[in-house]
Amino acid sequence: MQNEQEFQEAPETVAATSALIKLGKPVTDTWVLSRDEENLPESRPAIVPLALWQQHADRDDLAPWLPSDTELTPELAAALEKAALVAIDFPAFTDGRGYTLARLLRERFGYAGEVRAIGDVLIDQLYYMTRCGFDALALREDQELESALKALTAFSVSYQPAVDLNEPLFARRLRER
Amino acid sequence: MYRYDSYDQTLVDERVAQFRDQMDRYLAGKLGEEEFRPVRLQNGLYIQRHAPMLRIAIPYGMLSSDQLRALATITRRYDRGYGHFTTRQNLQLNWPAQEDVPDILADLAKVQMHAIQTSGNCIRNTTSDQFAGIAKDEVVDPRPWCELIRQWSTLHPEFAYLPRKFKIAVTGATEDRAAIHVHDIGLRLFLDDAGELRFRVLAGGGMGRTPMIGEVVRADLPWQHLLTYLEAIVRVYNQFGRRDNKFKARIKILVKALGIEEFARRVEEEWAHLKDGPQTLNEGAVDEAKTHFPEPPRRPVAESAIVAYEQLRQENRAFARFVTNNVMDHKVSGYKAVTLSLKRREAAPGDITADQMDAVADLAQTFGFGEIRVTHEQNLVLSDVPVDEIEVLWQQLDALGMANPTVGTLNDIICCPGGDFCSLANAVSIPIAQAIQERFEDLDFLYDLGPIDLNISGCMNACGHHHVGNIGILGVDKKGEEYYQISLGGNADDDVSLGKILGPSFYREDVPGVIDKVLQVYVEKRLDEERFLDTYRRVGHQAFKERVYAE
Ligand code: HEM
Ligand code: SF4
Repeated sequence: MQNEQEFQEAPETVAATSALIKLGKPVTDTWVLSRDEENLPESRPAIVPLALWQQHADRDDLAPWLPSDTELTPELAAALEKAALVAIDFPAFTDGRGYTLARLLRERFGYAGEVRAIGDVLIDQLYYMTRCGFDALALREDQELESALKALTAFSVSYQPAVDLNEPLFARRLRER
Repeated sequence: MYRYDSYDQTLVDERVAQFRDQMDRYLAGKLGEEEFRPVRLQNGLYIQRHAPMLRIAIPYGMLSSDQLRALATITRRYDRGYGHFTTRQNLQLNWPAQEDVPDILADLAKVQMHAIQTSGNCIRNTTSDQFAGIAKDEVVDPRPWCELIRQWSTLHPEFAYLPRKFKIAVTGATEDRAAIHVHDIGLRLFLDDAGELRFRVLAGGGMGRTPMIGEVVRADLPWQHLLTYLEAIVRVYNQFGRRDNKFKARIKILVKALGIEEFARRVEEEWAHLKDGPQTLNEGAVDEAKTHFPEPPRRPVAESAIVAYEQLRQENRAFARFVTNNVMDHKVSGYKAVTLSLKRREAAPGDITADQMDAVADLAQTFGFGEIRVTHEQNLVLSDVPVDEIEVLWQQLDALGMANPTVGTLNDIICCPGGDFCSLANAVSIPIAQAIQERFEDLDFLYDLGPIDLNISGCMNACGHHHVGNIGILGVDKKGEEYYQISLGGNADDDVSLGKILGPSFYREDVPGVIDKVLQVYVEKRLDEERFLDTYRRVGHQAFKERVYAE
C-alpha cells in the first residue's frame, strides 16, 4: 500500500521485443511510434502525438496517438475520421481513461478504423481493452506474446454490453428462455 | 437468494482460472510486483502486516447455510479457523497463504461465491439493508436491484482502473440502514405520486480522510434507466476524477471541485447518449431478478403463540433483554428478524469461529429457511423466525456466545482490524473496543443509555466508520506514539452528520475514562427518552468538551 508510487523493475526473464496483436493475431508492425511533440520522425508510416498530427492531418503515412486525458469532442472525432488508425496511450496501466476514450470513439462516433492501445499495455488488461473496442494491442516490451494471446479469451461470457457485444446478459437470458 | 445459472458459474470459474494463471506467472517472476498488485487486489488479496488478507464478497450481505458452511471449511483448511465480518458486509480471512488463494477461490466458486472486486480501484461489492425484504418500513425490496447492479459492475471492462475505489449502497426503506449518504453512489428506491418506482441518486459521499456527505444528482430516476445512469456517473468520474494524488481521487473530491450542479450537468450530458441504450431495463429483466428473492414458505403463526411469546417476555428478564435489543419487527405478523451478536469481549468485533459458522448455518436451516444476512454493524441476522421458536433459538445462541443482548447499544461497537492486523494503522483499535466493552458491561447501564453508535478506526482511512459514530474514536500517530482522537455527533442514518472532534487526543489508557465523562454529560442533560445524539445536538459540543478537558 505505502509503496504504491514505487516503480518495480520488470523481471528480466521475458522477451525484449515488443509485439503487436491485431484482431487477436500477432502481426508485424509496419508503423513506428514517435513521442516527439515537435518533429516528425524520419521513418514512415509513423504514429505521432495528436497535436503534431493535426498539423499534417492530410498525410496518410501519419496517424495520431491520443494522450489519456484527451477530451474527445465531436470536432476532434470528426477530424479523426480520416486517420488511418487512432492510437490511445496508456501512460500507466492503472490509468483507465483510455478504456472510455476507445468506447466513445467506437460507440459514440462510429470510428471504424484501427484503434490501437499503446504505452503500458499489459497482458492482464488486454481482455478489457478488446471489449472496449481496441482491435490492435501494442504490448509493452517485456510482455510475453503467448500469455497475451491466451489472455484475450480468458472469458466466454460477460454481463455488460460493450463494443464487442451489443446485448447485456439480462437480455440474452430473456431471449433464450 | 440469488442462484447462479450456467453463465454466472462460467464467469466465476473462468475468473478462478485466470487468477491461477496470474499467480503462476507472479510466482515464476514473470509478472512484476507492481503489475500483480491490481490483479490480486481485484481478487480480494491484500498483503498485510502479518500475512496476506483475503476479502470474500458477500453480495449485499446475503449468505446461504451451504455457503456459510463452505466458509467454515475454508477457514479451517486454509486459515486459522476463524473469519472477520466487515462493515461492508464482506468476510475477511487474516491468515491465508498467498499460494493457496487460487484454491480458495476455486472452493468459493463451488458454492457460488467469489472475491471479485472486493478491493482495488474498481466498483466494489454493493451493500444494502440487512432487513431487505422483511422490514416493516420497506417500500421496495432493494435486493433484485442490487443483483442487477452486481452483474452490471462485475468485470465491467471500462471501469476496472478507476481513479480510486467505488462503492454503491442501496436502500428501499424509509429508514436508511445502508448508510447511502456516505457512499460514492447512494440509491434510494421510492414510489412517486403515481406509484411509479424511482431512484433518488446521490453521489460524492465517502469517508476516509476527507469525509463528505453525498449530494443529489437526480431526485427521481425512473427504474428503467438505473444501469445507464450509473454508467454515466462512473464514466464522468473515470474521465475527470483526479489521478495525480490518491488522497484526492475519490468521486467526492470531483463532486466538490465541480459543484453538484456542474457534476450533475456532465452526468446528464453523458447520460443523454446512453439513455434508452441496450442496458435499459425492462419488466422482463426486473421480474427475472425478482424471482430470485421470493417470499419464503412461512407458516401461519397462531395468535396464541404470539400471546405466549409476549408473556414469556414479561416473565423472563433475560429473554426480554434479548428480544428488546436483538429482535426486530417483521412485516409479517408472527415472524421476527433476529440479530446474532458478533460482539464478545474475547474476540474482535465481527470475528466468528469456524465452529460458530457451522452452528449458525444449522440454526439458519432450522429457524430461518437457510438464509443468513451480514450487517454493516458486523453482526449476523436470521431474517424469518416465527415467534414461537425464538426462545429455543435464543437458548442455542446463548450456548454459542452469540446472544449478547447488546445490539444497538454502546457495546455494539463497529471497529476496524487496526494495528493488530493492518499495515496502514496508526494505532490498535480492537483493544480499545475491548477496554470499552469491559468498562461498560453492566446491561442496565447500557440499556439506560439507549442507542449509541460507537465506531473505532485505527487510522484516517476510516474503515471503522468513526466519522459517522455518535461517538467516534480515531487512532492517530504522534511522533511514533499511539493516541486517540474522539469525535461526537456523527450519524449514518437519514439525518446524517459527521462527527466533530472534541479536542486534543488521548492516551490509550484514558479512552474509557473519557467515554465515561461524555456519557455522564449525556445522562445529566438528557430530557426524558432523548437519544444521545439528540441531546448532543441540543446542548452542543461545548458542554461535553468542558467536562472532558476539565482539570
Ligand atoms: C486490514 C486491511 C484493510 C486495509 C489495508 C484497508 C484499507 C483501506 C483504505 C486505504 C481505505 C481508504 C480509502 C480511501 O480513503 O479512499 C479504506 C476505507 C474503508 N475500508 Fe478498509 N481496509 C482494511 C480493512 C477493512 C475492514 C476490516 C473493513 C470493515 C470492517 C473495511 C471497511 C472500509 C470502509 C467502510 C472504508 C471507508 C470507505 C469510504 O471511505 O467511503 N476495511 N480501507
Ligand atoms: S481504518 Fe486504517 S487501521 Fe483500520 S483497517 Fe482501515 S486502514 Fe487499517
